[in-house]
Amino acid sequence: MSTDVQNPPETRSEAGAARAVAAHFRDYLAKVRGGEVGALPAVTGIIALCVVFGAADPVFLSVGNLANLFGQGAAVACIAMGLVFVLIIGEIDLSAGYASGVCAALMAVALTEWGMPWPVAIGVAIAAGVAIGLLLGAIVVKLGIPSFVVTLAAFLAFQGIVLIILDKGANISINNETVKAIAGGNLERWQGWTLLVVTVAAYAALQLSRWRRRVGRGLVHEPFAVVCARIAALAALLAATVFLLNLERSANPQLVSLTGVPVVVVVLGALFVLWSFVLHRTRFGRHLYAVGGNAEAALRAGVAVDRVRIAAFVICSAMAAVGGIVAASRAASVDPNTGGSNVLLLSVGAAVIGGASLFGGKGTVRAALLGGAVVAIINNGMGLMGLDAGVRFGVTGAVLLLAAGVDAMSRGRGALFGRH
Amino acid sequence: MLLELSRVSKSFGPVEVLSEVDLAIDAGEVCALVGDNGAGKSTLVKCIAGIHTVDGGTVAVDGRSRDISGPRDAAALGIEVVYQDLALCDNLDVVENMFLGREKLHGVVLDDDAMEQLAAETLDSLAVRTIRNLRQNVASLSGGQRQTVAIAKAVLWNSRLVILDEPTAALGVAQTRQVLELIRRLADQGLAVLYISHNLNDVFAVADRIAALYLGRMAAVLDAADATQSQVVELITSGRSGEVGLTETNGVRP
Repeated sequence: MSTDVQNPPETRSEAGAARAVAAHFRDYLAKVRGGEVGALPAVTGIIALCVVFGAADPVFLSVGNLANLFGQGAAVACIAMGLVFVLIIGEIDLSAGYASGVCAALMAVALTEWGMPWPVAIGVAIAAGVAIGLLLGAIVVKLGIPSFVVTLAAFLAFQGIVLIILDKGANISINNETVKAIAGGNLERWQGWTLLVVTVAAYAALQLSRWRRRVGRGLVHEPFAVVCARIAALAALLAATVFLLNLERSANPQLVSLTGVPVVVVVLGALFVLWSFVLHRTRFGRHLYAVGGNAEAALRAGVAVDRVRIAAFVICSAMAAVGGIVAASRAASVDPNTGGSNVLLLSVGAAVIGGASLFGGKGTVRAALLGGAVVAIINNGMGLMGLDAGVRFGVTGAVLLLAAGVDAMSRGRGALFGRH
Repeated sequence: MLLELSRVSKSFGPVEVLSEVDLAIDAGEVCALVGDNGAGKSTLVKCIAGIHTVDGGTVAVDGRSRDISGPRDAAALGIEVVYQDLALCDNLDVVENMFLGREKLHGVVLDDDAMEQLAAETLDSLAVRTIRNLRQNVASLSGGQRQTVAIAKAVLWNSRLVILDEPTAALGVAQTRQVLELIRRLADQGLAVLYISHNLNDVFAVADRIAALYLGRMAAVLDAADATQSQVVELITSGRSGEVGLTETNGVRP
């Protein structure tokens, strides 16, 4: 760090810096004890699951399986990211799974029967998602029907619409290479490293400029060491991921080489950055949390509550469309079951496991990704262990219940320790 | 006079809730509004705040008659209301709550640092020392701290008249005193304060003048220094106390 930065009093000496770091750590612990657990349960869960499954079957920790995990979890993670927006305002969207099926089916029909180029087909799918969200949101907000009922009705209706679009349930194959690459393709090795450098540099620039700004304005700020540690941690984590994914993971390298960061990782990363920005750095995001926390207060403060709520449904359904596209790309086909069976429940589970609250007012995009990882790891690990689907459903259900329990308990703690 | 209500009436259907109410509040004074349940206190506040429109009479600010037809009109005139149920979002922090609905932007991006600085300055100017961390969620604050945030939020906007709806109703003794001190400070800084309360001890502790509503009519407006508690109680319960008050209190105007 250059010397022109004004050092705050508490970081001028080394002892002072150590004290500041310790104080920061204590603040964090106090927050956790007060019920603001953040990503802690999900991260702990991921580590624990990796240890257990890694011990049960070494294949789980193989590079090939790591790449596989991203592909398996991507569709659910996309839908979960959208669901977070609806959960924040205290609503639910039970139709997100089949909405993704409808949009995927539309894309498949646009690609094959209508002969559209792939960008148009993807645009059609996302536009359909936006339209679905507008319709659901308008019904919930303007007619005042509980979202649970509206989206349950849509859940049934969309199931039928998929059948109609797919002409009584035919399976449509997707042959477009670009669309298939979304979930199946890999980056070149150098592309992965370039992306890593750009990402870490951007993150570091943002963090450091923010830190300098806050020091300059004399606002409360984190110790410099903590900022650096966070940047270093992200760099190390991403570098390890890129390194592992750049290793050869083909069973038979002479026949076909399989290396590089999966394209779907980039897709998830870009969506994560986009929606995190919207949630935390824009007025709309702030208003979402306000509506979820106390809609009456938001209304009195001049927030356009109805518009914010409809927008949340639009984002949710649009992200369901993205999830549908990813699922179709991975399967290279669309059938009446795309987005069906347990996709919705896994997505809701992912968001809740990550830390979104079913009571509203709480949730982050990061939560959806971490929760999605937990769900994907459970399914993948138990599949490798040869446990049958019955056990897998049971365990996923138990984990969801546990996550909801943690949420309810952390609310209880917040109330117990927070207000005097 | 900063705010002057003359002959303000308001009916909901056949029910006349306010009947030709007169009230004037000047800058730098705390005017307490007292009255029994159903006397029309909340309705009067909502008329001033633009949530209800008045049916008859005029609302004048700075001597000019104004048409306040929404909360935004009221805010534009410098009128801010701190509601009884606080209207804070538990899941947002102190700064986020203070700027809710009026966030400072840098392009499309929230300018959180500028907002935090302004919030800190406002709290400083009110000599608030009970809130140390502006980035903690409001859920973790005590009742008095929450009330302080709600009041500071109202002061942030160059407001000139702050209306407080039972700000001490849910507070303990020490916290009540803190909030009352804060109210006094608002007036000392040149703001007009309309303070609604059921607690006459609090009213006498902080108010310069006391306006008593009785069944939708203004029974009397007294100087707090000249009034006694029993006098105010009589005005609240029967609309009349000795020589002051309504001359005819059974619903027929004199």
